[in-house]
Amino acid sequence: MNHPDFIQLPMTLKDKLISDFKDAELRLNGEAQTPLHRTRQQALRSFEELGFPTIRHEEWKYSNVSTLAKQAFDFGQATDFGQAEVAQLSIPKLDGNILYFVNGVYRADLSKVVSNPSTLKISSFADAARTNPGLIEKHFAKYANFEDNAFTALNTAFTHDGVVIEVPDNQVVAEATVLRFVNDARTANAASQPRNLIVAGKNAQIKVAESFRTVGDFAGFTNVVTEIVLHENANVEYYKVQNESNSSYHIGTTQVCQHDKSHFYSATVTLNGGFVRNNLNIVLDGQHCEAFMYGLYFPNGKQHVDNHTLVDHAKPNSYSNEVYKGILKDKSTGVFNGKIFVRQDAQKTNAYQTCRNVVLSDEASMNTKPQLEIYADDVKCSHGTTTGKLDDEALFYMRSRGIPKDQAMTLLTLAFCDDVVSQIKIDAIREYLRELIQEKLAE
Amino acid sequence: MLKINNLQAAIGEKQILKGINLEVKAGEVHAIMGPNGSGKSTLASVLAGREDYDVTDGSVEFMGSNLLDLSPEARAAEGIFLAFQYPIEIPGVTTINFLKTAINQIRKYHGQDPLDAAQFLRMMREKAKLVKIDDALLKRSLNEGFSGGEKKRNEIFQMAMINPKLAILDETDSGLDIDALRIVAEGVNTLRSPENATIVVTHYQRLLDYIVPDYVHVLYQGRIVKSGPKELAYELEEKGYDWIKDEVAQAV
Ligand SMILES: Nc1ncnc2c1ncn2[C@@H]1O[C@H](COP(=O)(O)OP(=O)(O)O)[C@@H](O)[C@H]1O
Ligand SMILES: [Mg+2]
Repeated sequence: MNHPDFIQLPMTLKDKLISDFKDAELRLNGEAQTPLHRTRQQALRSFEELGFPTIRHEEWKYSNVSTLAKQAFDFGQATDFGQAEVAQLSIPKLDGNILYFVNGVYRADLSKVVSNPSTLKISSFADAARTNPGLIEKHFAKYANFEDNAFTALNTAFTHDGVVIEVPDNQVVAEATVLRFVNDARTANAASQPRNLIVAGKNAQIKVAESFRTVGDFAGFTNVVTEIVLHENANVEYYKVQNESNSSYHIGTTQVCQHDKSHFYSATVTLNGGFVRNNLNIVLDGQHCEAFMYGLYFPNGKQHVDNHTLVDHAKPNSYSNEVYKGILKDKSTGVFNGKIFVRQDAQKTNAYQTCRNVVLSDEASMNTKPQLEIYADDVKCSHGTTTGKLDDEALFYMRSRGIPKDQAMTLLTLAFCDDVVSQIKIDAIREYLRELIQEKLAE
Repeated sequence: MLKINNLQAAIGEKQILKGINLEVKAGEVHAIMGPNGSGKSTLASVLAGREDYDVTDGSVEFMGSNLLDLSPEARAAEGIFLAFQYPIEIPGVTTINFLKTAINQIRKYHGQDPLDAAQFLRMMREKAKLVKIDDALLKRSLNEGFSGGEKKRNEIFQMAMINPKLAILDETDSGLDIDALRIVAEGVNTLRSPENATIVVTHYQRLLDYIVPDYVHVLYQGRIVKSGPKELAYELEEKGYDWIKDEVAQAV
């Protein structure tokens, strides 16, 4: 990765963060006694014990965070990021609830909420901690495990801002909700640790997108955790879109808990990012649930994109389907690790997984690892991964009809991506992504 | 229009075409027949510019220029069209989108403006009628999930849209029932003109009842071992290829 203005630390990032935590604690006053803060303290202890993972850690074998752990980052640094800057990032034709977080801090001045407040209860995490502590206490850190994941521990310890969304029983939020997380690395390293909680009540429906951008050439570090709970028969569409910089690190965990008959539908699209690690963990803790996971990554240059997914079929009669696709240019690297657990109880599970990759250069590489652990006997499971070049036969066919090679490659690649992009049901985001992919292909 | 002179081609170490000579003039229809594995598809592919084959000797002149110097897309723009023996499925690219891109690229090659949507649609309707291909099929991903017959018909539809100077039909008849065969042949015949030419690769005489050739050539072991008028096709149908193989064996 390129770090034009690499800021070296006199101590390790780990030591700095621990000391930052202790400093901040002194300024907490009454809040130090809340359950929220007690969880933060536990999480900090986990982080202290775990430290940043090294490549000796099985889950981090191909994703090396050692350069991250040597840099200086302050969370929530002040920024003059305003309307003018936001205008440059806007997604054409996007309507709905649009919330901005800059360097991890909620920016009411840049945000708008249009949905009816009885349908959609939405606030910054900081506000929810004051106004709705019951909801936080019930769900916060109850799903995303901070005991054996250092980044989740770090995020939990520093939980301060992000979004809390509650859709009450039987409410359908028609408008899209788009969370835009921006790291402003124009004048200094920027870092943020958004913490999000989405709770969909019984029969509730919502579609949420998280978009991540790093602007500027200094290093960026995003460490995000989103917990999503689907109560009975709830329906959540969740999209994660990453368009970060080459000097950015993104580590994210989305932790989903599904109750009976709930329907979770997700797409994770990584267009750019120096170092990206996405964990998507879904626990099907109910019967007759459905979980769809689509993914697309398109790294170029020296970018590195790692998707770790886990589907845990804990109860019988549920269905999961995962389709991840990658296009790798230049010297980029990719990792896909897809775990499917089917517990002994989870009879009549249907679980499917595919991961297909197209490597556009000899210097790019992809590492795939499907892991199926099946303890029930009456299940249907399948998985398949492929990594190859663009189909030569198809290219020749197109060229033989008069389409120049470059354009034939573009058409084929777009078609390959569109399997995933077409799954995005927020029209403006889908079309925006199509454009960005086309632009990136033309580079 | 097309002059093939001592064309030799190999794939890896394997020599497949061992000296092909063939001249096709505007307005003519040539049939190339021969047993499986003779090199018919190889010849068609080399003419269309498939890069897997190395041309080891010989030359091909098309409309006065050296065909072998051109990329596959330039050959297409110059007027060569290959109807594939095994058309490729391309998921995610509709036939319509594919053809619009192809036609406009060919127009661009000739310095012409692209067709607008209305012009393209009008042309598409007209040509679809000609080969009796269903509109719904054209809106789907190219050849994806098409039956064998639908794929072949789509090849002829594309040919009708592109309107090439030299069409090479590689076993377009195989896998077609008699009705489909007739439709395909009608399509080809309607497009025939004094300015263009067709090479029909087949190993049944059946198709030649509908697309009547001016010449019939037998390709065997990488060489054209016999040429004759259309009656040669009947002879082959009746007697099979063994007598040709014997003739070749004796000549050696
Ligand atoms: N891609 C290839 N790799 C290796 N051998 C090939 C390839 N394509 C064709 N051949 C060989 O070349 C010979 C001619 O094949 P082909 O041109 O398909 O014959 P035909 O179309 O007359 O049946 C056959 O022996 C075939 O096995
Ligand atoms: Mg053949």
